Amino acid sequence: MELFELINFYLVPGIVLGSIYALGAVGITLIFAILRYAHLAHGDLATLGAFIALAAVTSLGVSPLAALPVAILATAAIAVGIDKVFYNHLRERPKIVTVMASLGIALMIRAVVQVVWGVDTQTYSRGIVRPEDYFGIRIRDREIYTILAMLVLVGALQMFLTQSKWGKAMRAMSDNPNLALLSGIDNKKVVMLTWIIAGGLCAASGFFLGYNTELKSMMGWHMLLPMFAAAILGGVGRVEGAVLGGLIVGIAEELSVLVIPSEYKAAMAFAILLFMLLVRPTGLLKGKVL
Amino acid sequence: MEFLGLVNYALFMAIFIGIYALLALGLNIQWGFAGLFNAGIAGFFAVGAYTSAILSTPAVEGRLGGFDLHFVLGWIGAMLAAGLVAWPIGKICLRFRSDYLAIASIGIAEIIRLVIKSEPALTNGARGISSIPRPMGDIGYMESQIAYLIIVLAVLIAAYVLVERQFNAPWGRMMRAIRDNEGAAKAMGKDVEFRRLEAFIFGAALMGLGGALFAHFNRSITPEAIDPMVATFLVWIMLILGGSGNNRGAILGAAVVWIIWSVSEIATDRLPHEYAVQAKYIRLFLIGLMLQLVLRFRPEGLLPEPLRGDQRATKSGADQH
Repeated sequence: MELFELINFYLVPGIVLGSIYALGAVGITLIFAILRYAHLAHGDLATLGAFIALAAVTSLGVSPLAALPVAILATAAIAVGIDKVFYNHLRERPKIVTVMASLGIALMIRAVVQVVWGVDTQTYSRGIVRPEDYFGIRIRDREIYTILAMLVLVGALQMFLTQSKWGKAMRAMSDNPNLALLSGIDNKKVVMLTWIIAGGLCAASGFFLGYNTELKSMMGWHMLLPMFAAAILGGVGRVEGAVLGGLIVGIAEELSVLVIPSEYKAAMAFAILLFMLLVRPTGLLKGKVL
Repeated sequence: MEFLGLVNYALFMAIFIGIYALLALGLNIQWGFAGLFNAGIAGFFAVGAYTSAILSTPAVEGRLGGFDLHFVLGWIGAMLAAGLVAWPIGKICLRFRSDYLAIASIGIAEIIRLVIKSEPALTNGARGISSIPRPMGDIGYMESQIAYLIIVLAVLIAAYVLVERQFNAPWGRMMRAIRDNEGAAKAMGKDVEFRRLEAFIFGAALMGLGGALFAHFNRSITPEAIDPMVATFLVWIMLILGGSGNNRGAILGAAVVWIIWSVSEIATDRLPHEYAVQAKYIRLFLIGLMLQLVLRFRPEGLLPEPLRGDQRATKSGADQH
């Protein structure tokens, strides 16, 4: 097979898909590390974000990319609200109870999407977009936007986590919650910030999946496994690890059709997840193991 | 005629409650005894259903199976197959906190769904496997329903007696010790990983049996026979509402939730078509909300887990309520 064919048909779609996974995986890894539970409603929250963007596109008549900030803000607010109403009062109970609650939330969010927007496939804009040719590498504009947006958002998050006071507080909570609380870090604010960031990134992830393919009510649920695989592959608690993990899972899924039947593309993430748990549960960048 | 219809409906519902009660008992071994989070119940259910179908149907061209075995062998095969699928997952994930098992069990259910859809040589693809023999299925319709209900109840009672015995046996005490204080149990010399694996496999085997009972009742099994997320979630709410850690609670929860679920279906089916679809999703929303409310206001369920060993503790605990 030709090199350009490999790049155009497998590597570029893999990186785009990987960027989408990375956006979700960063939120999963933060929640896992700071709040210490696996958030199973993450995929469906991404679906909700994508459909909020669709509502902004259809009702305000703006372009999809202009609807993205609206979706990010709205989903961040919804994530904070879900935490306040449903997760917060389970804080003193074993963490696995919150995992269970999040499975119920996943069902509820999906039901809301299905009632409000129906179950049919939808798109942000009609028509076929032909890819542009850059020295033999064929890539669509929207694919460039996806990768750029992922890099900008994660870069900004990394700046926030390393430079700002509250970012440092979040990292402290992740590293040693008891010590962090003793040194006077306000747990409530850290939890809220975590949900704002995770919710916003979730919306971006869902939006770009819808932007590059189509919107379906089940799209987020199917992203859940790859997103978790990415977070664990990169190392729980490591933002740059989640990005790396997302890209690897995305590329591996696209390349997998060369060796296994394409129906089993979705099994790739699961294989990566089990393999990492078996040989290196800390992940590539030495995250934590709960 | 109306009366017969009602009786028929009640029979149908009782059989389903029996099957779901088996699933809830299986989940009780995993979650109630051992604290293991299995979010892939539908996967083990499907493995059991298809295994029994393959073992007990007559031979057909173009797909594996048709071994035409007795249905009892099919059910045993279903339990073995579900346990066999659970084994590697448990082996890999039970070293970590239950969150990892939750994710991996979602994954295994997804993989099982993919295999069922895309391996026609094994499962006959989207058309599914039909003409699965139903025990006592060749007598009249009503008699056959009653006979099947008796079989389901017999299986359920047998499972209940065995699980309850295990619960009161040293094994059950040890499992609860591991669940409540892993460190202490380890210090007492218990092999925590191995015991958890046991509980996970036993639970999965019961779920497989539930699947087999379902397949033989319907006489067919297709990939669309059950909605994986809905089935898994229903079993969870049954156990949590009924009372996790209490086998009678699991069965009671199965009855309560299934009655609410199917009666609400009758109500929504009467709506005009354009609302009926939306009503289906509103029901899903409400069942999700129900879990949140139970977790918040009655986390111990309708029948709380019995405290054993110290009768006085149970009594004074009861007085406080």
